Amino acid sequence: MKNRKAEQFLGFLILRACVFFVIAALLIILIDIFTKGAGSINWEFLSAMPKKGMTEGGIFPAIVGTFLVTLITAILSIPLGMGCAIYLHEYAKKGKITRLIRMSIRNLSGVPSIVYGLFGVVLFVQLLKLNTSILSAGLTLGLMTLPWTITASEEALKNVPKAYRDGALALGATKWQSIRTNVLPYSIPGMLTGTILGLSRAAGETAPILFTGAAFYLPFLPRSLSDQFMALPYHLYVMATQHHAIEKVRPIAYGTALVLIVLIFCMNLFAIITRYKLRKVRLK
Amino acid sequence: MSVLTKHGIKMEQKPLNHTGKMADNKNSNIKIFIKNFNFYYGASQALKNISLDIRENTVVGIIGPSGCGKSTFLRCFNRMNDTIVGVRYQGDILIDGNNIFDKELDIVDLRRNVGMVFQKSNPFPKSIFENVAYGLRVNGIKDKEYLTHKVEKSLKDAALWDEVKDRLANSAFDLSGGQQQRLCIARALAVEPEILLLDEPASALDPIATAKVEELIHELKKKYTIVIVTHNMQQAARISDYTAFFMMGELIEYDITSKIFTKPSKKTTEDYITGRFG
Repeated sequence: MKNRKAEQFLGFLILRACVFFVIAALLIILIDIFTKGAGSINWEFLSAMPKKGMTEGGIFPAIVGTFLVTLITAILSIPLGMGCAIYLHEYAKKGKITRLIRMSIRNLSGVPSIVYGLFGVVLFVQLLKLNTSILSAGLTLGLMTLPWTITASEEALKNVPKAYRDGALALGATKWQSIRTNVLPYSIPGMLTGTILGLSRAAGETAPILFTGAAFYLPFLPRSLSDQFMALPYHLYVMATQHHAIEKVRPIAYGTALVLIVLIFCMNLFAIITRYKLRKVRLK
Repeated sequence: MSVLTKHGIKMEQKPLNHTGKMADNKNSNIKIFIKNFNFYYGASQALKNISLDIRENTVVGIIGPSGCGKSTFLRCFNRMNDTIVGVRYQGDILIDGNNIFDKELDIVDLRRNVGMVFQKSNPFPKSIFENVAYGLRVNGIKDKEYLTHKVEKSLKDAALWDEVKDRLANSAFDLSGGQQQRLCIARALAVEPEILLLDEPASALDPIATAKVEELIHELKKKYTIVIVTHNMQQAARISDYTAFFMMGELIEYDITSKIFTKPSKKTTEDYITGRFG
């Protein structure tokens, strides 16, 4: 008896230590960024152009750039990803080829982001002649996000009970009717959550936009989607490693990191709220 | 067996001969005609050479031990088995003289004509009203007045109206298990099928809810042809006019219910009925 209890105690202790370790690491990063970054956050920092070789001024163009590029990413990856997932899960014949396609998609989500970046250069910048622009970068990020969107959407579809599909079919609904009126309303919250999490990851990426449209220093806003742009993650990278006066701009780098983290946190929060709200509606 | 008497069985209906065909079909028309039907899940055969006739406006109970193929058999009539990968079938099932496996046949029409209620009640995550209206909506009916009328009628036919008339906009999940199952019956009735398939509709219900569903089935017989799979032999005896006993994919015996439960012609049937196995 005593041994069993000791074993259990030890087991829980190890598991607890794992959780503690993870939380501690996260907290240290967050606290570090908050304490060092909060000082540089003010209205000017958020709303002004960078000045004097980025040693002064704000990060407004980077915020706008990240927002626009994420928008393009969403426009590409949400409909395409959901459509692809619906086809794969509902219509595609369950066989070797479908399994191979699904496996390939999952593997694509593990491809390093720099590979997507270089692929984007070849496809969007050079071949499709979109040049280095918001569009090229957004589409590149969209491609990178697609495997996530598809996988998350498929998981959401998998969670719809078979009884909903069969029940609809048994009443004389066509397959598409059963999907549209019974399967999708139930699975869209899950699809959206997965997709928004994928987008928030894309918003924080540097490598895919590095060669496809992000600019080192542009003290004005992009006028169209074919312009180059500044983006928060790339700006942070520049401020932290590439700037000629790194020590001097350190507070700006911390401020940028803080803004980026808060932005992504807000997106995730939005995902959670959306899911919660849609779920409530669904059950009514 | 006295279990038969609650709703009374029409004893004037003649027994069947050994092939499973009706000895006399003057009382009512044959609604479903099954001839030499075989069904396979991949390599394993689930139904073996089944032949039987089901008459209009009767209740046919299908009994047998678990895994004997009763549910598979039931799901053939509206081709719900088509949703499973790797199934095959041979032989014929005719409804009103039309082969349901005919390539020309529209499976959507078939399923509208052959309603089904599943073992586990499966209300959709919608309001009570929308659940009942679902089958009408997918069949293209938009007229609000007609929908309202039809929903009310179906809920009344399913003996649920009085319990839900004040909360039609509430979620179907607010209902109790028995009410949910009657909601599913109402949903199936709304599209006006001619045949109703019930797959152990009362297996998850308490005795009171079960009694309500059984009473309902007895009422519905006037308008529909009903095939019901049940695990509960007393239930089969109470509600069905004919009973088919299945075992290991074979139809062992098919006869009027009173005969099956009092003087079964096969030893296996008798053993099962008297609880010697199963």
